Amino acid sequence: MERVPVLKIGDILLVSIQLDMSDQTAIQLQDDLAERIVATGCHGVIIDITALDIVDSFVGRMLSTIASISKVLDAETVVVGMRPAVAITLVELGLSLNGIRTALNVERGMELIAATRPDDQGYDVDDEADDETTATT
Amino acid sequence: MALNAEESGRLAGLLSEHAERVTQRWTEIATGSLRGRLSQAELRRQVQELHRSMVEAGRNGVFDLESESAGELRAVLAELSRGRARQGFTATETAVSVYAVKDVLLELMEADGGDASLRDYVAFSSLVDQMGLFTFESFVRTREGLIADQAEQLLELSTPVVKIWEGVVAVPLVGTLDSARAQVVMERLLQTLVDTGSPYAIIDITGVPAVDTQVAQHILKTVVAARLMGADCIISGIRPQIAQTIVALGIEFGDIATKASLADALRHVLRLSGAANARRPPRRES
Repeated sequence: MERVPVLKIGDILLVSIQLDMSDQTAIQLQDDLAERIVATGCHGVIIDITALDIVDSFVGRMLSTIASISKVLDAETVVVGMRPAVAITLVELGLSLNGIRTALNVERGMELIAATRPDDQGYDVDDEADDETTATT
Repeated sequence: MALNAEESGRLAGLLSEHAERVTQRWTEIATGSLRGRLSQAELRRQVQELHRSMVEAGRNGVFDLESESAGELRAVLAELSRGRARQGFTATETAVSVYAVKDVLLELMEADGGDASLRDYVAFSSLVDQMGLFTFESFVRTREGLIADQAEQLLELSTPVVKIWEGVVAVPLVGTLDSARAQVVMERLLQTLVDTGSPYAIIDITGVPAVDTQVAQHILKTVVAARLMGADCIISGIRPQIAQTIVALGIEFGDIATKASLADALRHVLRLSGAANARRPPRRES
C-alpha cells in the first residue's frame, strides 16, 4: 500500500500529497501524522496539495479531520498550494473547508505558522528537547 | 414555391430581354429606400450582379432558391446582406432592395399584357419573396455573428488583473457582472494569485452599475475560492447607492472586509501585511 511521507522541517511537519487519495491512504496518513506530532513535538503541520487535481468531499473531510486531530495535539494545520480549478470546484460544491487555514505556497504557510506562534521562538525551556532536535538535524 | 421550367424560362427571358431597363428601374426604386447612404454606382453594381445571377438561374430550368442551380444567386444575396449588415443598414432597407424587382416585373408585364401574365406574376413574386426572406436570414446571421464577436472581445478586454503593490493584486470590475464574466474574473484572479504568489487581492466594484443578489453571490464565491487558496480578498469601491442596495437586499458580506475606495483598501492591506511582517519574528540562524 502507498504511504504519504511526513517530513520534519524545523518545528514543522510537511506532508506533500503526490498521489490520488484512497480511503486506506487517508486513514494511514491520519495515523502517521498523529504519531509523528506526538513523537516530534512539532507545533505546525503543512499539507501541500499542489499536485492534487481533484479534491472531493472525501479529501475535504480528511483535511478537516487532520486539522482537528492536530489541534487537539496543539499543532497548527495549514493547507497550501490549492489550485484555482480545485478552489472553484469546491466553492461550486458548497464546500468551504471551514476551520482549515490556507496559504498560497509552502513558504507562506511556514510564515503563517511562525506568525501564529510568536512566543515559541527563541524561548527554550527544555534543554533535553533542544538536544534532541540538534541531534536529528 | 418553385417555378417550373416554363415559368423560369419566361422569367429569364423577360429579365434578359429588357436587361438595361430592368436594372435601371430596379436601381431607381432601391435608391429611394436607401436615402442616399449607398452610392448610385455601388447599388447599380449590386443590382446588376443580382440580375445576372437571376437570369442564370432561370435559364438552368426549374427555378427554386433551395436548388443547386440557384447556388450563385444565394451567394450573391448572402454577400449583399452581409455587406449591408456591416454598413449598418436596417433589415427592411436590405430586403427592399430585393423586393424592388417585383415592381419592375409588374411594369414590364403590364406593358406586355397577355393572359398568363397574372399567374406568372404571382409565381415570380413568390420567388422574390423567398429571396427576400433569404436575405433577411443572412442579414440576421451576420448581425448575430457581430454581436457574438463583440461579446467575446468585451469579455477579454474588461477583466484585467493588475498588481498594485508587492503581494497585492487588484481587479477593477467594469460593467455588468453576469455568470460568464464572473467565471472569467474568478479564474483570472485565482490564476494570478498563484502566478504572483500574492496573498492579498482587492476586488474594486466602482465600475459595476448595479449590485443585485446574483452579482453579490458571484463576488462572494470568488472571495471564498481565494480564501481556500490562502489569499485574502477585500471588496472596495462601494458607492453610496450600492451600499444602500446591499443593505436593502439583505446581502451579508460576513467577515469580508469592505472599503469605500481602492485607496482605503490598499491602506488596509498594507497595514495587515505590515502587521504580519512585524509579528513575524526574526529568523534564528543556527
